[in-house]
Amino acid sequence: MIFLNFFISGISLGSIYAIIALGYTMVYGIAKMLNFAHGDVIMVGAYVCFYAISRYGLNPLLGVVIAMAACTLLGIIVERLAYKPLRQAPSLAVLITAIGMSYFLQNTALLLWSSNPKVFPSIIGRGAFKLFDGALSVSHVTVLTIATCLVIMIVLSLFISKTKLGKAMRACSEDKGAAQLMGINVNATISLTFAIGSGLAAIAGALLCSAYPTLMPTTGSLPGIKAFTAAVFGGIGSIPGAFLGGIMLGVIEIFAKAYISSQLSDAVVFAVLIVVLLVKPSGLLGKQLQEKV
Amino acid sequence: MKKILICTALVLAMTSCAFGAAFKIGGTGPLTGGAAIYGNAAKNGAEIAVEEINAMGGDVQFELRYEDDTHDAEKAVNAYNALKDWGMQVSLGSVTSKPCEATAAENFADRIFALTPSASSAAVTEGKDNVFQMCFVDPNQGSASAQYIADKKFAKKVAVIWKNDDVYSKGIRDTFVEKAPELGLEVVSETTFADGNDNDFSVQLTDAQNKGAELVFLPMYYQPASLILAQAQAMGYAPKWFGVDGMDGILTMEGFEKSLAEGVMLLTPFNADASDEKTKSFVAKYQAKHGEIPNQFAADGYDCVYAYKEALELAKATPDMSAEDICTKMIEQFTTMTFNGVTGENVKWAANGEVTKDPKGMVIKDGAYVGLD
Repeated sequence: MIFLNFFISGISLGSIYAIIALGYTMVYGIAKMLNFAHGDVIMVGAYVCFYAISRYGLNPLLGVVIAMAACTLLGIIVERLAYKPLRQAPSLAVLITAIGMSYFLQNTALLLWSSNPKVFPSIIGRGAFKLFDGALSVSHVTVLTIATCLVIMIVLSLFISKTKLGKAMRACSEDKGAAQLMGINVNATISLTFAIGSGLAAIAGALLCSAYPTLMPTTGSLPGIKAFTAAVFGGIGSIPGAFLGGIMLGVIEIFAKAYISSQLSDAVVFAVLIVVLLVKPSGLLGKQLQEKV
Repeated sequence: MKKILICTALVLAMTSCAFGAAFKIGGTGPLTGGAAIYGNAAKNGAEIAVEEINAMGGDVQFELRYEDDTHDAEKAVNAYNALKDWGMQVSLGSVTSKPCEATAAENFADRIFALTPSASSAAVTEGKDNVFQMCFVDPNQGSASAQYIADKKFAKKVAVIWKNDDVYSKGIRDTFVEKAPELGLEVVSETTFADGNDNDFSVQLTDAQNKGAELVFLPMYYQPASLILAQAQAMGYAPKWFGVDGMDGILTMEGFEKSLAEGVMLLTPFNADASDEKTKSFVAKYQAKHGEIPNQFAADGYDCVYAYKEALELAKATPDMSAEDICTKMIEQFTTMTFNGVTGENVKWAANGEVTKDPKGMVIKDGAYVGLD
C-alpha cells in the first residue's frame, strides 16, 4: 500500500512536469528552438492568476483564462522582440537569447512583485479522493492536472495533424525554406506556435502552484529545467513523449527518494536519463530523423 | 540559473545626527529575495533603535546603513565592501547564516567588530575573536529544542525533516539528533530535501507518518515549512509541529492560510506578547511604523544596536576612533558586560562570540504567536 502511495505521489509530481514539458516540446517540435524562458512564462502566468484570484477575488477559472490571455500576449511580444529578429541566426544565438529572456523575466518579476514568497490559492481546493478506506489518497489537483494534460495532448495532436494551420506548422518544422516557397507564412506560423505554447504555460503555472503553493519569481525556473529533462527523456518534439517522460521522471524521482535516499534522488533521476539517452539517443518516443547531406 | 542578478536597491537608513559625529554602523541582509522577510525585519528593528538612541541625544549617536545581499554569500561580500568604503566602524554582520560566514571572514581580516543579529551557524563565529552573535548559535538551538520537547513531554517519537544543503538546518539537526536519545526521545524518521528541487514532501511526510512520529521537528526557514504544512494537511497527517527561529515569519507570508500553522510550536528568544515595558514599547513603535507585529529578527536587530550603545559607552569610545581601535575595545566589553534587551535578560557572551540567554517557547494560536510558558 505504501508502494502505491509513493506511486501516486510520483504520478502527481510527474503530471506537473508533463504539463510543463508539453509547452517545451511543442515549441521545439515546430520552431526547432529551446525556449528556456518557458519556465518563466509559467511563473508570470501563476502571478497573473494569483492576483486575479487573491487580490480581485475572481473565480479561479476566470483567473486561469485571464492568465492564459496575458501569457499568450507575453509570448507574442517576447517572440516578436527577442526571437523574430534572430530567425536567420545560428541556433546557438537563439538559445542564448532565450536564456537571457529567462533572466529578464525573472528580474522584472522581482521588481514588479517583490521577492516575498506568496502562497497561491489552490484553484480547486486542497481536497483528495480517498480510496480503500483512506489508505490511498489522490489529491484533486493531481486528477485535474492529469486530465488537463490528456486534453491538451489530444487537442494539440489533433490540431497539428488535422488543421490547415497545423499542417503549416509541420511543414515549417520539416523545412522552413521549402514551406516558404509553398506559400506558407513561416514567421506567422512560428509566432502562432509561441502564442499557443505560452497560453499552455499559464495553465501549467496555475496547476504547478495549486499543487505546490509557493509563488516566487524563481518558481518557474527549476520545474522548467526538470520539465525540459522530461521532454528530452520522452523524446523532444514528441507530444505523447512529453507526457510519458514527465510522468516517468516524477515516478522515478519519488521512488529514488523513498527507496534509495532522499539526498540522492536527483542523481538517480539524471543517471536514468543518461542511460535512456545512451540506449535511445532520441528519447523514448522521439523520431529518428535521418539528416540528408 | 540561481545567480540572479538583482537590481540592488540602495537602502539608506537616514538618521539625524544633531552633533555631526556619529558611529557609522553597517550591516548586510536579504532585503529582496526569498529570505527578505528576515533582512527587512532586522533592518527595521535596528532603525527603530537608532532613531530612539539619536533622539535621546546621548554621547553615543549612530548612523545606520543596510545593504542588500539577497541571501547570497558573494553579494554579501560586495555589500560589505560598499559599507567599508562608506566608512563603517562597527558592523552588524549579515542577517542570514550563509552570507554571514562570508562577511565574518572579512570582518576578521579587516578588524571591524561584528555583532550579527541572527546569523546563527557556528561557523560564523568560529576562529574569529571579533565576531559575536545576538541569536543562539545553531547547535544550541538543536539541543535546546530537544530539551524543551522532552521537558514538556510533547512526544516520545519524533521525526526530523531537514535541508541538506543549508548550514543552518544541518547545524540544528546535528545537535538535535545527538541530544534526543539522551533525553528519551526517539528519532524514528529522518529525511532531507534540498534547495529548489524539492517542492514535494510526500515521501518525507509518509515516512514520518508510517513510523508513528507524534511530533515533527522542522529546522528550516518558513517557506519550505509552509509547503510541508499544506501537504501534511492534504494527506490527513496531523502530528505536533516544532520549529526553530526560521519558522518565525510564516504568518506574514501573503496568502498563507493561517489555520495551517495552528498549533505549530517554535523556540525563539523573543515573545511579542511579553508584558515588560521594553518589549511593549518596541512592539508598539514597530507596529505604528510598519503595520505588523515584529518578529524575532526585528527584535534581534533592535537589541544589537542597544548592545553596541552600551558597549561603546562603557568603553568611552568616540566616533573619531578608527574601526580597529573600536574593535579592540568592543572585544573587551562584549566578553565582560551583561546586557538586558527585548530578546532576553542577563544576556552574556562567551569569548568565542556565542550568546547565553533563555529561549522562550511559542505556539501559534488563532493566527498569532502566543507564549507557551
